[in-house]
Amino acid sequence: MATIKIRAKAKDGITTVKSLVSHPMETGLRKNKKGEKIPAHHVTEVNAVYNGNTVMTANWGPAISKNPYLSFKFKGGSTGESVKISWVDNKGKSDSLEAIIK
Amino acid sequence: MNSIRRKFLKSTAFFSATVVTIGTGLLLPGRAFGAYMMKAFEAKDVSGALMEATGSDSYTESGDIKLKAPDIAENGAVVPVTVSSTLPNVESITIIAKNNPTPLTSTYMLQNGAEPFVSTRIKLGKTSDIIAVVKSNGQLFAATKEVKVTIGGCGG
Repeated sequence: MATIKIRAKAKDGITTVKSLVSHPMETGLRKNKKGEKIPAHHVTEVNAVYNGNTVMTANWGPAISKNPYLSFKFKGGSTGESVKISWVDNKGKSDSLEAIIK
Repeated sequence: MNSIRRKFLKSTAFFSATVVTIGTGLLLPGRAFGAYMMKAFEAKDVSGALMEATGSDSYTESGDIKLKAPDIAENGAVVPVTVSSTLPNVESITIIAKNNPTPLTSTYMLQNGAEPFVSTRIKLGKTSDIIAVVKSNGQLFAATKEVKVTIGGCGG
C-alpha cells in the first residue's frame, strides 16, 4: 500500500514538491483506553532525491502531525523528470515513491 | 520432490531480497540514511535542542526569514508552519516549539540546489512561540512567532 502522495511542479526554474505521508506519528505520550501509553511510532527521516542528488533530508521528531505534510523547493527540474521521496520510521519501516514533475 | 525445490527456491529468494534491502540500508531499524539526531529530539530545552541539532545555540533574529503560522490554532495537533528565507547559502532550517515538552520538532538539511523553503504541520502542546532557525553561511538566524493553542496537540 503506497503511503506517499507527491505533487511536483516546475515553474520558472524552480520545482515545488508537495507530499503527504500516511503515518500515525505517535508521540509515545498518548494513553489508550486502559491507561497504557501507546508506544512512540513516528517517521524519523525523509529523503528527497532529484537527478541522483539528495536535495533535502528531513529529520522528524514525534511533534510532526499525524499523516504528515511536507513541501519543499529546489532549483531546476523540468516536466517529465522525476523526484523520489523516501521515509524511514523508528520501527525500521520505510517506503519510497518516485513521481514525475509536471 | 517438486515441493521441496519450490520451498527452497522461495526461501532463497526471500533471503537474497532481504540481503539486498539490508545492503541498501533500508532495513536497519531507525538508522537508515544517516545517524538520527536522538539527543536533539530528547532535549527538554530550546538551547539544548538547538545545540544538538545545529551545533550552536546562539542565533540572531532576522527579518530575512518569513515564518508563517496561524495566530490561533484551533487544533494543536495540526498547526501549519511555513518557513522561507532570502538569506544566502542556507544549509538547514530548524523548527522549534518553545513550550513543547521536547522543543525540537524537525530539522531540514538542504543541499544541491534546494531552496530555503519548507512547509509542514506540527503538534503544539499549548500556546507557544515557534522559532524558525535558519543556518546561513554557518551562522544561525531566526524568526519567532507566538501561536495560541486552544486544544493541546500532544495528547499527554
